Amino acid sequence: MTMLRSVLLSILPALAAGLFLTAGQATETAQLKAAKDFSSVSDERARSVAVFEEAGKVIQHPRCVNCHPAGNRPLQNDDGHPHLPLVVRGEDGLGAIGMRCTTCHGATNFEAGHVPGNPKWHLAPIEMAWVGKSLGAICEQIKDPKRNGGKTLAQIVDHMVNDDLVGWGWNPGPGRTPAPGTQKEFGELIKLWVETGAHCPTT
Amino acid sequence: MPQDSGFSSGTSLSRRHFLQVGAAIGGGLMLGWVPEGQAASGSELFAPNAFIRLDRQGKVTVVSPMIEMGQGTYTSLPMLVAEELDVDMSNVGVEHSPPNDKLYGNAILGGSQTTGNSSSIRAFYLPMRQAGATARAMLIAAAAEKLNVDAEALTTEPGYVVHAAGKQRLAYGELADAAAKQQVPTKVNLKDPSTFRIIGTAAKRLDVAGKVNGTATYSIDVKLPGMKVATVAASPVFGGTVASIDEAAALKVPGVHQVVKLDNAVAVIADHYWAAKMGLKAAAVTFDDGPNATLTTADVVSALAKAAENPGAVAKNEGDVDAAFAGAATKVEAIYEAPFLAHATMEPMNCTVHVTPDGCDVWVGTQIPTVAQQAVAKTLGLKVEQVRLHNHLLGGGFGRRLEFDFIVQAALIAKQAKDPIKVVWSREEDIQHDMYRPYYYDRFAAGLDEQGTLKSWSHRIAGSAIMARFFPPLFKDGIDPDGVDGAVDMPYAVPNKRVEFIREEPPGIPTAFWRGVGPTHNVYVIESFIDELAAIAKKDPVDYRRAMLADNPRALHVLNRAADMAGWGKPLGDRRGRGVSVQNTFGSYMCQIAEVTVSESGEVHVDRVVCAVDTGVAINPDTIIAQMESGIIFGITAVLWGVITLKNGRVEQSNFDDYRMLRIEEAPVIEVEVVKSSADPGGIGEPGTSALAPAVLNAVYAATGVRLRKLPIQPALLKTQ
Amino acid sequence: MIDLNVNGKKVSVSVADDMPVLWVIRDVLGMTGTKFGCGIGQCGACTIHVDGEPRRSCITKTSELADREITTIEAIGDTPSGKAVQDAWLRLEVVQCGYCQSGQIMTAAAIIDAIPEPTDVDIDQGMSGNICRCGTYVRIREAIKEAAKAVAAK
Repeated sequence: MTMLRSVLLSILPALAAGLFLTAGQATETAQLKAAKDFSSVSDERARSVAVFEEAGKVIQHPRCVNCHPAGNRPLQNDDGHPHLPLVVRGEDGLGAIGMRCTTCHGATNFEAGHVPGNPKWHLAPIEMAWVGKSLGAICEQIKDPKRNGGKTLAQIVDHMVNDDLVGWGWNPGPGRTPAPGTQKEFGELIKLWVETGAHCPTT
Repeated sequence: MPQDSGFSSGTSLSRRHFLQVGAAIGGGLMLGWVPEGQAASGSELFAPNAFIRLDRQGKVTVVSPMIEMGQGTYTSLPMLVAEELDVDMSNVGVEHSPPNDKLYGNAILGGSQTTGNSSSIRAFYLPMRQAGATARAMLIAAAAEKLNVDAEALTTEPGYVVHAAGKQRLAYGELADAAAKQQVPTKVNLKDPSTFRIIGTAAKRLDVAGKVNGTATYSIDVKLPGMKVATVAASPVFGGTVASIDEAAALKVPGVHQVVKLDNAVAVIADHYWAAKMGLKAAAVTFDDGPNATLTTADVVSALAKAAENPGAVAKNEGDVDAAFAGAATKVEAIYEAPFLAHATMEPMNCTVHVTPDGCDVWVGTQIPTVAQQAVAKTLGLKVEQVRLHNHLLGGGFGRRLEFDFIVQAALIAKQAKDPIKVVWSREEDIQHDMYRPYYYDRFAAGLDEQGTLKSWSHRIAGSAIMARFFPPLFKDGIDPDGVDGAVDMPYAVPNKRVEFIREEPPGIPTAFWRGVGPTHNVYVIESFIDELAAIAKKDPVDYRRAMLADNPRALHVLNRAADMAGWGKPLGDRRGRGVSVQNTFGSYMCQIAEVTVSESGEVHVDRVVCAVDTGVAINPDTIIAQMESGIIFGITAVLWGVITLKNGRVEQSNFDDYRMLRIEEAPVIEVEVVKSSADPGGIGEPGTSALAPAVLNAVYAATGVRLRKLPIQPALLKTQ
Repeated sequence: MIDLNVNGKKVSVSVADDMPVLWVIRDVLGMTGTKFGCGIGQCGACTIHVDGEPRRSCITKTSELADREITTIEAIGDTPSGKAVQDAWLRLEVVQCGYCQSGQIMTAAAIIDAIPEPTDVDIDQGMSGNICRCGTYVRIREAIKEAAKAVAAK
């Protein structure tokens, strides 16, 4: 327990600094701890949780959370207000007829218009909703094949490391703060988390 | 041109007024007449006055003095002609009028060819009918000659002169040549309204076929041989100047031809808008912000508040306000504020100018063709006749296109080029270089007697005097007649009443007329404050108003009708409420009742708006309903989200992501009743907007018990406690 | 050179890849029915169809539309849905200033094409991207329902 607390205490300032940075500056990228930085945590379970909590800086960042809403409407910008104009999930997560995601969002970011883009732009299914949930609950959700699109842990790693839409989070275009670190660093953390038993935070 | 008192709402079209206008029309008729013997071009043979042309096929073209910006003039004005001329609307087309105050001047707006202040019908109801009747008389005279009968023996059916006795009829088209040779009568009889066939019906609009298939031409759509497109960045701080331009970088952008520097703006001319925009970005223009570099909204408000501490120019003074207030059983004071607003027409500002050795051509959508023509002439050092201005359908006016700033700017840019240059503003430029509805700061003091009856009323208004810039002769003795419009003439009977105006200009910020003009601001504050007094007097808001409208039967009627339609008094449920506003503005009487739901987080949703409107003779009832729908939705956007703020001298808002517009899913149910009336026609383009804000604010009070005295509505103030 | 298919005609344009197709349509091809309102995809005035689906042309890169089927307001009337929408717009006197209506009509045509009996919710969710400053929303709603009925009746 003391080990965990000291780990948490050492992470807190970094977390706080990271959050402050992401909220304050529009385009400056916050840091993400490297996977190797956790080797000092000897207890494997504690290390696993600590790693996931670091990864949580990405998972709970607006760039990710905005398209993992608890309801049927994506969120927008860094303050996470409901997407304007009204946009809904639709039957397939790709929007209502007339207001499909692709009506406005193209294959790439449209910089001059501050409109983000990716070929796979869509809303995560409702069972993958992250808004309003604790990191621990999100963690359990990510591990649960019934709620993660039937993925194994290895497939989760692959998704986090290689998925292009996930990768968009680090290249969101002007007016939008990128997720902390890089996709590579994030992927390393997820890989390490799985390797250390994929343990979830209790909160 | 008849010197009317100008922006007078509720101008009654007295006989004397008609004769004055008639004389002007007589002059117009003479000027517009195609002289005998002169070969007219193709099919246009009969042009008895500046408003009408009739060809040999019987097709009537109405040259509309007032521009179409959605409010329906291009249908209602031709309806007036068609009624008296006796043709079917299916045979009528409409054309833009060229700039010409003598022929197309608006008598309500000082004889200027200006579309605004909801005055088109009020100004042209009689002149257009007169024009139609005159043309009809000449067609009858021509037929009388042809048939060798007395004109009195002839009547008309739509498109035909009829000789009943002789069982003959001659088509108007057949008579066009002969009619052109007739003397223009100086006096004609107009139809008795009880015989109207077209006026009062929902005649189909004449301007819309092209608007649903992409063929309608707005000024932004102008295409000319050799034309180039430019976009422009002016100093973000009003009063600033251009400091540096990276011209070389701009010229490197493919498609860019030229960089033009004005004192306070830089334009890039290119093959198309996108190259111009990219060129402007590459130009990396910097500005010297100038004297207003640190201006904030708070600065503007504190200056207004300070100015409002002292008495202003007295616009109205009846009874003894101070004595009545001093002796009042209940004294109520309140301060109300109304923010800067942008117009945000859907079509951003744009203008095309071609400067040539002999003058220039201007293609623009404008509410002020002659004023714009004069401004361009002055700017380019030309005679007015050398400026050929071509008007277009407007993609929204709302008062923005009463200004010529962007037109003069385009002329200055085009002067430095040789091709026709189409200058298109980005939406950001449009919002940040608007000319704003002023920030108003109002102080009320009311005295009620023991029964809660309003006995003393003091209304002090501090703000920019738009009229002092727009038309200085009308800014007299420190009073802006628009600034007090709706205040000096509020519909309620109060024995002691004083209205003051204090001119306080925001440094550097240009102000201008915004839909509903003076009444939009004054009806909001007055109807909100009256509602406050009703609450203090523990009276129902509708009853409280009823008691003060005994001498104003038309206002009382619309109030009663709206209350009836709305089911006033029926319970609505928790966090839901109804609010009422009454007004007599622009020559029309209106009552709106809004129903709102306020969420726990304070978000206001306008569920339903009921509207009873008495606009005198209703030319086209469907247009009236459409203008109510339009004004209401325009008003809801403003009351919920409308605000322009200043920081570091700059307008903070830039596009529709931060200057929010009402959308279809947020629109309320709207029910409109058009009162049948034979009174002189009133105006309808604007009153729908001026009535809305207080109806909603009063509904919010009914729903939450919170009285809001500033706009836009702040949900934080309405959260459930 | 980018090859485009606009209203059934093949056309090649020499523009930067990332130039929004709105300006190709308006300024290069001279088809001015599609309108410019905001440049950031917030107002919908620029709506075209790409392979039958609405797109905001002001934020769509021209290179992305190479060899795709582009339909603009000038040709939508040749489709049953487009014609039905235009007819309903005129019957119900939807239009005021009209500047937004090209975009409104393009979106509405796509909705009734896909939904034979659009509900108020369908209309809310499908038309929310098209701003009308003149406030013709109440009539747009009714006209969409009428247009849908007209198509169904055929």
